[in-house]
Amino acid sequence: MTNLIDIRGVTHAYQTPNGPLPVLDSLNLSVPEGEFAAVVGPSGCGKSTLTRLVAGLMKPDQGEVWLHGKLVKSPRKTVGMAFQNPVMLEWRTILQNVMLPLEIVAAGMPKAQRVARAMELLELVGLTGFENKRPSELSGGMRQRASLCRAIVHKPDVLIMDEPFGALDAFTREDLWQTMHELRAKEPFTAVLITHDLRESVYLGDQVIVLSGRPATTQYVLDVHYPGEGLRKLEGLYTPECAQMLATLREQIQIAQWRQPEPAEQ
Amino acid sequence: MRNFQKVAVPVGAIVIFLLLWEFLVWVNGWPNYVMASPSDLPDAYIRFWSLFVDGSWQTLWRTVAGLALAVIFGTLLGMVMGFSRISRDALYPLLVGFNAIPKATLVPVLALLFIGQHNFNTVLMAFLISFFPIAVSVGIGLSTLEPEYRDILRSLGASRLTIFRKIALPKTLPEFFGALKVSVTLAFIGTNLVEIISPHGRGLGALFLSGQTNSNYPLMFAVLIALAVLGIILYYAVVMLEKIFAGWAERPQH
Repeated sequence: MTNLIDIRGVTHAYQTPNGPLPVLDSLNLSVPEGEFAAVVGPSGCGKSTLTRLVAGLMKPDQGEVWLHGKLVKSPRKTVGMAFQNPVMLEWRTILQNVMLPLEIVAAGMPKAQRVARAMELLELVGLTGFENKRPSELSGGMRQRASLCRAIVHKPDVLIMDEPFGALDAFTREDLWQTMHELRAKEPFTAVLITHDLRESVYLGDQVIVLSGRPATTQYVLDVHYPGEGLRKLEGLYTPECAQMLATLREQIQIAQWRQPEPAEQ
Repeated sequence: MRNFQKVAVPVGAIVIFLLLWEFLVWVNGWPNYVMASPSDLPDAYIRFWSLFVDGSWQTLWRTVAGLALAVIFGTLLGMVMGFSRISRDALYPLLVGFNAIPKATLVPVLALLFIGQHNFNTVLMAFLISFFPIAVSVGIGLSTLEPEYRDILRSLGASRLTIFRKIALPKTLPEFFGALKVSVTLAFIGTNLVEIISPHGRGLGALFLSGQTNSNYPLMFAVLIALAVLGIILYYAVVMLEKIFAGWAERPQH
């Protein structure tokens, strides 16, 4: 099987005034095309560093990051990113925000086509009618929906998400999980999701990767066999199968936390 | 109704201010060589009308020219400080120190450096006194840009210039206009400083000085009011530009 993302033996340390701070230690991660990988781990274990590596925003000290069979050395146009902060450009309308990546990676695309593409995605996430609003006029959940649209508007190979639902209330978050599945059904993409929420990792992920405490290495990989057919349903989370998977993950996280010497700001 | 209120409230405030002033002079029985009252002013304006028109124009264009220089230089300096830590560390003490110098002390220095270049000196002073807030606010605006904003575009392979144009520049605009409002009034102070202190000055400052030498107090107060009016006009010009270019920063009122 060909993997879209292949991270091989990546080791990285940040230089701090108190000497090097190792954050990743020979980490391996493989995500086949079209799969959804959820990454969980203790606080400050280097998860965000991982997203920056995959996006090509930084280079690891050692090891390699492969994307689509190519070694990642610099930022590539084929990734989309979403963060906990929706990072909306306040001076643009929602529609203009979503079209931003197209202005950069598809500069030659006619305006009408860009608008059509953005509107199509806004419809998928239920934001039709809000395209001409400013981000400040929308709720946090709506802004995050728009942020997801922007992350995939240019049809990236990989969608990288760093706790995109972390700042939302529980109900909005579950709504967005659902939206995520609907988006994937219509617009297949490969995704790496960093999260603190184990239920989220099981509901969204095809595989869940547990990172050890800092410096992080791959501690455990869980293949998710979600109960039920077709589009995943939220009710599935309350079945014995899911309870079993969640218990396993919980246990692994505890081991990871126990290994981590002290919680630290990364 | 709201529009009426927008005009009526500030105009009403000005009227009340003038009435209070008139009342204060009347109650204390001050003659107009101690303190002029608003009712003395129309006479001064009528008598010296052509001087006022000429002086206002002189003061206004030199202030705007100084301000334009301050915007260009301040923005460039702010960009340098915003993007590079080293230049930030290097430039801040220098800038703060320079800003702490009373600018009146620089008038003779400039007058000696550029003898007889009255227009140039005046514009230069307006610039020197007003670029600081712009440089600092642009610098802070750029250096506090959240890394996520940059990452969104960097991950798409955008160049630094594109990131600046699409994100950093528009995001800094509200801070920039905030500083520009401060700079507008500062630039007026700079212009008038030179106009008043340097001999053979021009503009409203020189008119003020001639009022002083002739002990024409109503004229002096009339000049001050004219300066205030020019300041208000320029300030609202900036507000209008802000509405056009950074109107998005104003939150909708609920």
